[in-house]
Amino acid sequence: MRNETVNVPKRAAALISGGLDSMLAAKVVLDQGVDVEGINFFTGFCVEGHTHAIRKRGRSREKRNNALWVAEQLGIKLHIVDVIDEYKDIVLNPKHGYGANLNPCLDCKIFMVNKALTQDVLDRGFDFVITGEVIGQRPKSQRADTMPVIARESGAGDRLLRPLCALNLPPTLPEREGWVDRDQLFGFHGRDRKPQMALAESFGFSDYAQPAGGCCFLTDERYAGKLADLWDARGVRDYDFDDIMLLKVGRHIRPAPHYKLIVGREEGENNFLAGYRRRFVHLDTVSHTGPLTLIDGEPTDADLVLAARIAARYSQGRTAAEVSVNVHRPSGVSAELRVAPMLPTELNPAWHVGG
Amino acid sequence: MKGSQKPHGAPTTRLDARGLLCPLPVIRTQDRVRMLKVGDVLEVVATDPGVLHDIPAWCRVHGHRLLVTEQRADDFRFHIEVA
Repeated sequence: MRNETVNVPKRAAALISGGLDSMLAAKVVLDQGVDVEGINFFTGFCVEGHTHAIRKRGRSREKRNNALWVAEQLGIKLHIVDVIDEYKDIVLNPKHGYGANLNPCLDCKIFMVNKALTQDVLDRGFDFVITGEVIGQRPKSQRADTMPVIARESGAGDRLLRPLCALNLPPTLPEREGWVDRDQLFGFHGRDRKPQMALAESFGFSDYAQPAGGCCFLTDERYAGKLADLWDARGVRDYDFDDIMLLKVGRHIRPAPHYKLIVGREEGENNFLAGYRRRFVHLDTVSHTGPLTLIDGEPTDADLVLAARIAARYSQGRTAAEVSVNVHRPSGVSAELRVAPMLPTELNPAWHVGG
Repeated sequence: MKGSQKPHGAPTTRLDARGLLCPLPVIRTQDRVRMLKVGDVLEVVATDPGVLHDIPAWCRVHGHRLLVTEQRADDFRFHIEVA
């Protein structure tokens, strides 16, 4: 008689970023008959999704959520989990510090593996967690010496399986128990992407996402510079969701510590910034087509004249002698300023936040 | 039709996801669907054009039936039947 207990497929949570490695890792285990479900965490810093919606640039590309696309290709369920609030502590107080910018990659991975293991989807837990990590792939989090740290500090221990580099690591519980066949796992290492691309080809995968610089804005030098500037200007290391969204949008220009401009670069960004008009002093050019500009901080009247000149500099009237700019306050009071657009030579390069 | 019974396919409940950028409309939809029962119909209204791709993709991944997809002047409307 068939032993039902033995034959119940084990359940694995696969961290799905939307990139190739996590897709391959899930596929390798899925093909061994394991019941795999995808988990995608939305931290607020994800490159995925938001900027596609905000900016018009690149609209020729299909506007898709790559994690959902991966789940569809694999035929697995995907749970997208909002961790915006919880993630704040990871960003502000990373136990293991930051990478090249403000990316707390090691703490992030520990957090996500722990969350995946304890996700209570469908009122059932998971037997183990799958990640697409490859030893040597990332300088901060994917190293031989950090792999055991993630396993230990996430609480997953040997329930954490990295199918793409498993052969370079001691056998995990799923391998020892025969839930997965170690012989069908891989020993990838280093930054060379060719083995992953060859594996993708063998599975018939094409059109997969390969985001340059990873999937997180915190790895981006310019974005990290804007976040650090925000903390400096406010004198406190903190943020809310709108802060980190606004850092993704527009030119950020800080002529003085007590205020900065956020200048829309194109129609999509102007539309996005328009959603914040009631909360910020904002400028729009009247005599010429131009950007919507939000002012974050406490500008004086003289500051607003300077801000209007900068806004005019990015309008169609940049070479005109004078541009009319409306200044709107959150109270509803508006005033028109007539200003000379700022000359490129007057715009101090150091005012550009994030370089 | 009996008293308070809804016609087949009529929304049982409504989610206002206007103003949210993807993937938040999908996350809110997913969280709401988790509280519903099989056969319930959820109406989702959202403004981010990304939902035109993400909501149908999410429904396909989870096997829910997308009954209505409507692009209106200011927003997008979906009816999702929970599977």
